[in-house]
This record gives sequence, C-alpha cells and structure tokens, in this order.
Amino acid sequence: MSGVSATARIRAEPDGRGRTVLRELAGDGPLALRRSRHPDDDGAAHVVLVGAMAAPLGGDRLRIDVHVAPGARLLVTSAAATVSLPGRQPAPAHYELHLTVGAAAELHWRPEPVIAAAGSDLRLWTRLHLAPTAHVLLREEQILGRHAEPPGRLASRLTVRQNARLVLDQSTDIGTGAPPGWDGPAVLAGHLALGQLLTTRPCAPDATSRTAAFPVGDGLTLLTALAPDGRALRAALDGWGSLSPAGVRPPSPADRPARAALPAPPGRAAGP
Amino acid sequence: MAVSFVSPALLVLADGRFPAGGHAHSGGVEAAVREGRVGDAASLEAFCAGRLHTVGLTSAALAASAASGGDPLALDEAAEARTPSPALRAASRRLGRQLLRAARAAWPDPALEQLARTFPRGAHQPVVLGVVAAAAGLGAADAATAVAYETVSGPVTACVRLLGLDPFQATAVLARLAEPVGEIARAAVAAAALDDVDLLPTLGAPLLDVAAESHAAWPVRLFAT
Repeated sequence: MSGVSATARIRAEPDGRGRTVLRELAGDGPLALRRSRHPDDDGAAHVVLVGAMAAPLGGDRLRIDVHVAPGARLLVTSAAATVSLPGRQPAPAHYELHLTVGAAAELHWRPEPVIAAAGSDLRLWTRLHLAPTAHVLLREEQILGRHAEPPGRLASRLTVRQNARLVLDQSTDIGTGAPPGWDGPAVLAGHLALGQLLTTRPCAPDATSRTAAFPVGDGLTLLTALAPDGRALRAALDGWGSLSPAGVRPPSPADRPARAALPAPPGRAAGP
Repeated sequence: MAVSFVSPALLVLADGRFPAGGHAHSGGVEAAVREGRVGDAASLEAFCAGRLHTVGLTSAALAASAASGGDPLALDEAAEARTPSPALRAASRRLGRQLLRAARAAWPDPALEQLARTFPRGAHQPVVLGVVAAAAGLGAADAATAVAYETVSGPVTACVRLLGLDPFQATAVLARLAEPVGEIARAAVAAAALDDVDLLPTLGAPLLDVAAESHAAWPVRLFAT
C-alpha cells in the first residue's frame, strides 16, 4: 500500500499598515497548521506546524509551500520534533519544502529537529528562493535515532537560489543504509546530530573543530555544526547568537550594506 | 570475448606525477590526522570511503558531465554551489588552473584555450578535468574514474607522510577501494547522462567542510588542504 500524499500551503502578505496577514493557511493530512501569536513581534505572523498524525512514514509524500510576499514577515516553528518512522512497505518517505521569500520580506523557519527513528528512510529536500533583499533565517537539525536505538536513514538536500541564481546545493545522506563511510572520519565521525543554519544576518563566528561558517551567495552565511546529540547541537547553533530573543524583526535597509561595520555577534550562548 | 583497452592518455592524466599540483593537497586527511580521526590504515580506509561516496561522487559526476560536452559555465556554478567552504572553493579553482596549464601543453585544443579565457582565475577542478579528458580523447567514464580515484589517492598518499604509513599498507588501502571507485564512476556517468545540472549529485561531507576552514587557518601545515 502506498503512503499519504499531502501538500500544505502558507501565504503571508503585508496588510499595508505594517503588519503581516496570513492570506492562506491550508493544512493537509498529517500537516496541520496553527496560527499563533508571535512571541516578540506583533507585526509578524507566526505559524506552528502541528503533527496531526504520525508522519512521515515510509512511502509518504509530504510537501509544504511557503510564500512570503514582498514586505511580509513570517515565523514558522513546530510543536514537536518530526519523527521519521518506517512504513508498512520498505519505501522511503519524501518531504519537500518550497520556501519563497520576496523583496524586503523575512522568513524565520525554525522547526524542531527531524529524528530518524530505527528502520526509517526519509528524503528531505528544502528549496529556498530568495529575492535580492529578502531576509532569512533557516534552521535544520537532524538527529540520528531516538534515545539508544540504531538510526534510520536521512537524506537531506538544501538548494538555495538568490534571484534565480543557484548559490547553494548540497546534501547529506546519513544513517543506517546510507552509502559507506557516513559515520566515518570524513563525514560524521560518530556524531549523531547534524545541523545547519542559513541566515542573512551578519555573523562571522570563529571556526571550531565541530562548527564552521561559510559565506554563500550574496550576504548569506551557512553555519554547519556537528554534535553528539540534539541538545548539544541546539546549543552550538544558538551559540552563534543568531537566534536572539528578538526573533523576527522588521528588516532594516541598514542591515545589509552595513554588514562589515556591525559589531560581532556575542560569543556566548544566546538565551533570554 | 572482446578485449577492452584502457587509453594510455588516462594513465598520463591520472598519474600522480602529472604536474597539476595535486601532491600539495591531502583531501582533508591532514586535519583528520591532527584531530585523531585518522591514525592507521583502517581509519584511513573509512575516511576515504566517506570522501569517495560524498564529494567523490559529486566531483566525478561534474567531470563526467564536462567530458560529455556539458556547459562549463553551468557546471562551474553547480560546483560552486556544492562547495560551501571558501577554503575548498579556492583550492578547487587553484587546482583547476594548474591542471589547465599542464593540459594545454600536453593536449593542445581550442576548448582548453576557451576554458582559460572564460575562467582567468580558474574553474573548479572537476569541471576542468572533464574538459581536459575530452581534449585528450577520453570519455565521461575515464574522467569520472580519474576524479573518483584521485578522491582517495590524495589522502592515502598524504598519509604515507602524515602517519609514516607503510607504503605497502597504503597501496593495499587503495587496492581495496578500487572496486568502490569503479562503482562511484559508474554512478557518476549515469547521473551525467541525465543531462540536467540540477540532477547531478550534491552530496557533501560535513566534517570535511568544517575541518577545511580551521585547517586553512593553521600557521604551519604540510598540505594546502
């Protein structure tokens, strides 16, 4: 038997009075969406992804389309981690995110981690299209296995286009059943948590043996971190100060040209 | 049974003595040795397997595409997008430039002159290798095999110096990886045959990217990467 096919849609637009409204908020099948109050910014919209049933299971085809219209500001979080589970048939699950951010718009995409449970096989593909002046903060955390279980397989690809130009297209394929060497000294070296943060915020953290920042495209920074578990991974990603309590702020034209002149982000772990 | 010959031009191109600058690079194994991730033949083999099945496949497919006439500009943009580390981007372009210089002497061809004009600061190495392979009369399979092989031969050769690894053991590691190298080359050629840059493999190795950045900042090191 084949799995579930579902496509959820979110469309955020400015209301012309400095606030963002959700013109479309359409959940589908296991992808339930809830409108929420933004924790810090009254003018921005906040959507919470809520798992309405166990998903993704092997064979499922899930997709979320997010469109942030020019000038709108949207925060997307999730109520819980996404646990990838095996299906009845040994088929991979596919989960696609299509995220489009317009001019002077801002998207903060920071769901809880994806956890590859034993026996699962998930292919995740995030496609991000950014207008030249779009702001973004995208966090992706992958955890191999729930507590003390052998990990499932998790293939994840991140494709980023800025104004149609391809600036980042990279993937990983890790966990049980992934190509040889995935847990070896070139790829994960035994780490069970892998995370990335892509942001237009100015930040230039020092590289460590488990974390590094890469300038990508025009004004984007990709932060990559490896950690022994999800908690340490979150600490490593938040430690860059990129997830300060300010959350989604109104984009300011001063942000990007002034990149080099802005003070360095704090080197401590962020927190309220 | 038909006898198939390897083109001698492939032996010239894949020879470690071909003056393309590859000997100055460890493929990330110098950082792995310093951090204790690689310390003997077994961990070296695991390192090479990981490198081969990630960036090895990605690079081999770019080379196979370039060798079969893919647009070098589009392939270079694809290579850049698949290489987030600035240290590895710079190294790949430098190696591409050095390879092109050697190849223009070895196999004079208008396609190589055109490539040099289009990329005065160097194109990504796998893309250059593919174009060079075509100029040398080689095909996509040869280009993919050469790139897949050098993905593992670089770290293995470097470990003879870094670990004082017995050269017999080092060669045994390479011999054990010969079959996976062939499989990766076949997968790379199959991906290139789809004739769509977006369908070329995108696999990367997180630790290779991360460690390349701190390695580039070392004041003293034996290898450039």
